[in-house]
Formats: sequence, C-alpha cells, structure tokens
Amino acid sequence: MQPSHLAGVINLDHPGHYIHFHWLLISYGNAIVIGLMVATFVAVLFLPFPGSRLKDSHE
Amino acid sequence: MSKKSFNPDVDVVEWTGTHRPYDIIKEGTIALVVMSLLVVLLSALFSSPDDRPATLRQWSHSDPVDFANTAFSELNGSSGTAGYGQPYNNTPNATQTIGPLALQRWMGVHIPVHPAADFVLATLATLPDSPIISAALQQWKSSSNTAQFTWMENFAKVTPTFSAGALHFPPVDAGPIPVLMSGLTSMARAGSLDQSLLGGGSNYYSTDYTRPLLFLADGNWFSGLAEKQHLAGDQWGMMNETGSYPGQAWLWLYTFWYQVPPFSASENADSLIWGLMMVLTVIMIFVPFIPGVRSIPRRTKVYRLIWRNHYRK
Amino acid sequence: MSNATIDRQWTTRLRRRVEGALPPEKLLPDTQPSYVASWIYVFGVATLVALALVTLSGLVLALKGPTWWHVSNVGHFVNSTHLWSVELFFFSMVIHLWGKFFMAAWRGNRSLTWITGGVTFMASIGTAFTGYVSQTNFDSQWIATQAKDGINSTGIGAYFNVLDLGQMLMWHITLLPLAAIALTGLHVILVRKRGVVPPFADEVAA
Repeated sequence: MQPSHLAGVINLDHPGHYIHFHWLLISYGNAIVIGLMVATFVAVLFLPFPGSRLKDSHE
Repeated sequence: MSKKSFNPDVDVVEWTGTHRPYDIIKEGTIALVVMSLLVVLLSALFSSPDDRPATLRQWSHSDPVDFANTAFSELNGSSGTAGYGQPYNNTPNATQTIGPLALQRWMGVHIPVHPAADFVLATLATLPDSPIISAALQQWKSSSNTAQFTWMENFAKVTPTFSAGALHFPPVDAGPIPVLMSGLTSMARAGSLDQSLLGGGSNYYSTDYTRPLLFLADGNWFSGLAEKQHLAGDQWGMMNETGSYPGQAWLWLYTFWYQVPPFSASENADSLIWGLMMVLTVIMIFVPFIPGVRSIPRRTKVYRLIWRNHYRK
Repeated sequence: MSNATIDRQWTTRLRRRVEGALPPEKLLPDTQPSYVASWIYVFGVATLVALALVTLSGLVLALKGPTWWHVSNVGHFVNSTHLWSVELFFFSMVIHLWGKFFMAAWRGNRSLTWITGGVTFMASIGTAFTGYVSQTNFDSQWIATQAKDGINSTGIGAYFNVLDLGQMLMWHITLLPLAAIALTGLHVILVRKRGVVPPFADEVAA
C-alpha cells in the first residue's frame, strides 16, 4: 500500500516499530502517546502552579 | 436522627474560605492559542496516514489464485461471509452469544448478503455479450442440487494456477465452475467487480460498501496486508495505525482483552468482550455510587498533591 | 396587565429559574476558591479547546467533501490537523478524567457532572471510531471489517452497519458530534452551576 500524499517533516509512512513482550504488542507511536499522557499527569501533580503562592486577595 | 451521616466520599462541606482571582476567559484564550500552535506543529511535523484503499482489482492482480479460491468459497458456502449468520444471513449456529443471550441472532437478518448469488452468480449475469459465461450460468441454474454439489466437491480438490493472464485448472469434472471462476477473476482484473458489488438500492449511486468489503475480507490477501502493518486482531490491531502513526490509543482496554485468556481462545470473544466493556463502562459512569470504588481517591491520597497548598495551611 | 399575570407566565418562570440556577457571576466567575491552584485544572479547558479545534478542522474538511484530502495537499494538511486535534482532545480528556477521579469530583451533589463527563467520553470514542471508518482509505476498510464482528455480536450491527460508508459518515459528521457537543455543554453548565469540588473535609478538620 503506497501512501497517496506528501509526508510530514518527519516521515511516519514506513512500517512501524513495535514493543513485543509476551502478550503485549504496542507500536512506538501508541507507546509514546500513552507514556506522554502518564508523564504529563505526574508532572501536573508536582509542578507548582503560577500564583499559587500569592496571598489570597478576595474574601 | 433526621440527618443522614456524613460520607466523605459523597458529601462535602461547601467552601466558605478565601477566593483568589482566576480569569477563565484568559485561561481559555491561552489554551486555544497553545493548542492551535501544537496542532499546526504536529501536523507539519508528522502529517497523517493515508494508505490507498485495497480493491478487488488489485487483489486479483496481486494474488489471482487467492482471489479465485475465495470466489469459489463464496460459491460453495465455505467463506466467512457465507457462514456468518445474522445480520447477513441465516446460517445456523454461526453467531456469538453472551451466556443465554443470543442478541446477534435475535436481531435477525437486516443486511441480507448471500455470497453465492450476490458475489458470484448475479454479478456474472450482469456481464453483457459473453455467450460462454451466459451458457455456464444457464448450465449451473438448470442443473440439480446434487449435480452442483458433486461439481463443487470435485472442484474443491484442485488447485488453480495463474499464468499468461489467465487461471488454469487441472482437468476436473466440475461442470461450469471453472468457467464461472475464470469469468469472475477476469471481471475483477478489469476492475468492474468493485463497482458491481456496491449496494444501496440504486443502479447508479451508492455509499454502501458492505458487499465488496465482505468479499475482500474473506480472502487471505487483504488480511496479509493488514498483518504486515500489525493491524490484525491478535496484534492489538484495533488501536494500531498504518505506518508509524499513533492510532486509537484510547481503545487500549478493549483491545487488551483480545490478547489474553479466556478471550484470546474463545469463539465468543467479540460478544464477551463487548459485554465486559459495557459493564466496565457502566462502572466508570456510575463510580460516584459504587461503595469501595468511590473511596479509592480518598484512600490513595493523590489529592493531597493536587491541593497541597490548601493542606499546608 | 397585573404583575400576578406576568409572574405566572411560563416565560417569566423559566427566566427566573435559569437566573436562579445560573446567575452571570456563576456562569463567568472572576474568582475561584483558593484551593484551585494546580495545573490539573487546565486540562478541562484544554479538552474544550481541543474539541473546538476538532470541530473547526472537521468543518473545513466538510467544505470539500470526504475524499478531497486524498487529492489535495491542502486537504491533506487539514486532515492532519483534524487527526492531531483529536489526539490532543483524547490526551487532555484522559488527564482531566484521571485528575477528577483522584479529586473525587462527584462529591457534594456533583455526580451528574461526573456522569455527563463519562457519557461524553463514550460519545467521543464513538465519534472518533466513525471517523476512522469514514476515511475512505485502507485504514477505514480494515477497521470496518474488523469492527463489524464486535458490533454484530451485540446485535447492534443489524442497524449500525460499519461497512456502509454513507451511514458511518452521517453519524460521524452530524449525529455523534451533536451528541458530544451537547453533552459537553451540559457538563460545563453543571460545573459552573455547582462550582469546583472542595478538598476532602476530614482533612480540613484534621
């Protein structure tokens, strides 16, 4: 199957790489997306929120 | 005794403490700008996948023998579609169940597909000006069920070959079947089969690809293309994508069940997994009412990180 | 006309109910309780914004029809923005969901907010799925032929034919987006009506 179009700057139109471990088989693409999701969630929990150390200004 | 007791997983003491300025419109605007830039950046960097569709024409050129074998399985009723059952046809004992629930069978035949007639015989009958095909069809129609059965039995034993643009069969007493199979293969190679299988009740317009897709999916060539791209069901195919693109990662849990026992070895995998996912979905939606599950946030104490400034005071 | 007559009008009653439930300062608040101080709170609005971008890119694709993006580089780029805004939409929504779960954000009469969020998630998966089978390429052929078995096994396939491009495209561009957007609207209104869930009270007392 040939792609019908111009690729992006980083060409993903080639057969993907896969992580294979027993029953687990996941493409790098999906693994990166899910990994980023978990990493973002953890980062969000720990990163200080701007202004959170300001004095409360309203009653 | 009039008030029910306070349940920390259900009730709250509404906030009467201090407030801070929070500009939700500004937050939304910044989010819009950031997300728009991200979308443009990701699109320019990675583009999006678009492998051309597979056609019956391509199939009959790339693997004419697989095409002819599949066409014959449609005629003799051994194909996946012919033995599918509801909603396509009434093949007995073909459908999946969830315990005593035979939902698939109960719904009945709503999208009638009869492969021998729809994929082979009626399709060949549309060919104009081909006396050989017409004669073969006439011979098939006018012969008894027993004769048809014997021809199919005999034909099933031979292996066709393909050379010089045509199918070849070893000498076999199979009545008109070799002519019919050669005719359908020529029709596919010419590209006219793709169009003639379209449904939808119009003799011109159609957006219904049920029949050509079922035919395509009955062969080995189509699934071979998909396996090369890690798209098959036992390859977590549902969440994968052609090329190296991320796919529907949000389907991970649904896809996961197909990989593990007892589902991976079950004839009923689809219906069992759909049933399971519906139960899990209901649990997810009704978490606020499920004792135990609704206590997980309080017990895991992740919230102390989220509200750490609040608890520090 | 007497005031009593006006008071009894359906229009008057509806307006007063809406005003009572959602006064402007609740609909567009300029402050938040001081505990609202975490990056986790931006993922709800990020999901909303991504939904707007998904809708916008989808509308542009609709201008030229379902096969334009195969033959035009501009169309292909618009399709890419549709795909990546969908990826960002689910990315944000899942983080939003995790965050709200660990805050037990259904507490204090907010269970309907949680439920509408959960149903929106499901509607979004359905919308994305019908989009995948409406791509008119190899991916959509394969996904449709694979998905038919699951959907047929529930009996739903008798009425919801994933191999019928016309039906899937209609669901993808009208029925399901309308449902997803309406549910999102209801979800946001409920969030504004009830306000942001307070921290666990037992910890405050402790």
